[in-house]
Amino acid sequence: MGVDVSVADLRKVYTSPPPMGAGASAAFFGGKAAGGKQKFQIVALNGVSLEIQGGEIFGLLGPNGAGKSTTIGILTTRVRPTSGSARIGAYDVWREQVEAKRLIGVVQQRPNLDFSLTGREILSFHGAYYGLTSAERSRRAAELLEKFKLTDRADDLARNYSGGMMQRLAIARAMMHDPQVLFLDEPSTGLDPQTRLLLWEIIREYNRSGKTILITTHNMEEADALCQRLAIIDHGHVIALGTPRELKASIPGGFLLRLRVSTGSPELIERLQQLPGVTEVNAKGNEIDIYADRGGQLIPAVVGAVSESAAELHDVHISEPSLENLFLHHTGRSLRQ
Amino acid sequence: MNWTTFLAMLARDAHVARRNLAALMTQTMLQPLLFTFVFGRIMISSGLMQSNYKGMLVPGIMGMSMVMTGIQAVSMPLIAEFQFTKEIEDRLLAPMRIEWLAVEKILAGMIQALVAGGVVMIAAWLVLGSGVGLTVRQPALFAAVVVLVALFSASGGLTLGCSVGQTQIGLMFSLVLAPMIFFGCVYYPWSALSHFPVIQTLVLVNPLVYASEGLRGTLAPQYQHMSLAVVVLALAVMDAVLIAAGLNRFNKKAVS
Repeated sequence: MGVDVSVADLRKVYTSPPPMGAGASAAFFGGKAAGGKQKFQIVALNGVSLEIQGGEIFGLLGPNGAGKSTTIGILTTRVRPTSGSARIGAYDVWREQVEAKRLIGVVQQRPNLDFSLTGREILSFHGAYYGLTSAERSRRAAELLEKFKLTDRADDLARNYSGGMMQRLAIARAMMHDPQVLFLDEPSTGLDPQTRLLLWEIIREYNRSGKTILITTHNMEEADALCQRLAIIDHGHVIALGTPRELKASIPGGFLLRLRVSTGSPELIERLQQLPGVTEVNAKGNEIDIYADRGGQLIPAVVGAVSESAAELHDVHISEPSLENLFLHHTGRSLRQ
Repeated sequence: MNWTTFLAMLARDAHVARRNLAALMTQTMLQPLLFTFVFGRIMISSGLMQSNYKGMLVPGIMGMSMVMTGIQAVSMPLIAEFQFTKEIEDRLLAPMRIEWLAVEKILAGMIQALVAGGVVMIAAWLVLGSGVGLTVRQPALFAAVVVLVALFSASGGLTLGCSVGQTQIGLMFSLVLAPMIFFGCVYYPWSALSHFPVIQTLVLVNPLVYASEGLRGTLAPQYQHMSLAVVVLALAVMDAVLIAAGLNRFNKKAVS
């Protein structure tokens, strides 16, 4: 059985600008500090609790700055939590750092390779840090280079690699010591679609050997295709948690119709609410979101309701049940905003 | 303590140093040897300097080379590795307390400083030819001074490397390193500053003063030099302060 990962009531307040990639949602400048200077404060995590079971692929989904990277940073000893606890298996990440670090492999959002070394040396020295023997290191390095299609360039300095190659090498490096828990922070950034599929397959294969995988993404497709369970986070809070299927089923109605009309009168909203299959209508000025159990079939009725209210329909967009809609439903914002 | 990881990191630094050996050697040796040639040969053979200046110069040059090499060997890679590329991350994630990575950096810097000191001393001796007049009468004391100087250079490099950003490297050279060399009693003994009492007092905060005077006192005791007890004590205190400051800065820089 794989190694569990959990965080409980995790809070992180940055008092200096956070590291690149570590998200920052709600920035505010608090009261004056003793020196009369404005105190810099960013609340990145505001009470996040998660239980990730051993052997599952768990996704953290959210827009930039939601707190995904900070969560990963705390779980991988790189960020000190302001309060709350984080555990990898039996170990408290902050108090038993070395034991926790032995169990994990980490792929950061930006390739952070050791640029003084070649691709093969990066893997080999990484293995050496974890106490692998020389023979094991050469064998595993050769295997991983082959798997990630880097064998041809293995003996070139990593600083001369392309962005995609660096990313592949960073993932290979994280797997080099065969960690029980693999953290991937936006792993498919910078990868072409083909390589992304290769990566997904490698992640699934790694998971089949009983390893726990925690992945962050703002890509719905990736979360849907890869993750067994997902937490959607925004502004440092978990706003939804479940399997992709459960989460999608929790969207009222499932389908989302976004309308743009000339005038979004209360009368029109009422008419729309009474249409068959409609579960919820949210209006913001001239933009109206209709959650319903059907998509295209609803259009004639919508058009009828709009013209009866003496308004004009400018635009209709239908989207099928998706995590994107779920995020929109919970936050009123698109993931890409 | 996880020695396997520690030694692997030391091996990594050795590997990188070997790869850059030619550049490192040039960086270490060129400037000190040019100084040695100009002051020790040209100035002396033209009669502008007395010939006994040779023995005065070599310990100073050796101290300066050790200090510059140690500081640069530790600070420059750290400055680069802590930048947005975060190259150091894989070592911070290795199964070892991160303070030991800083210790490893200090040890690697000390080794480089010691090698630089030895190489430059021998090369300077060769450049100067006969009549240098160096003798080691107290090998244990000499070794202690050399180790304390190496430790100062590497821990100073750690502190600087974790305090200076990539854009401030030029400033670090002109604001910290250049005054340190010129007021470091490299080319003259501390007693030569007696006509400038304010400067003579101010330079006492400069660790290179104790490095130069200590090496002079153990390699060429025939010249005026500071009391070696003062030198050893001052270097030990400065080493301790720089190690503490360096580890503190490193921890702050490594964990957000």
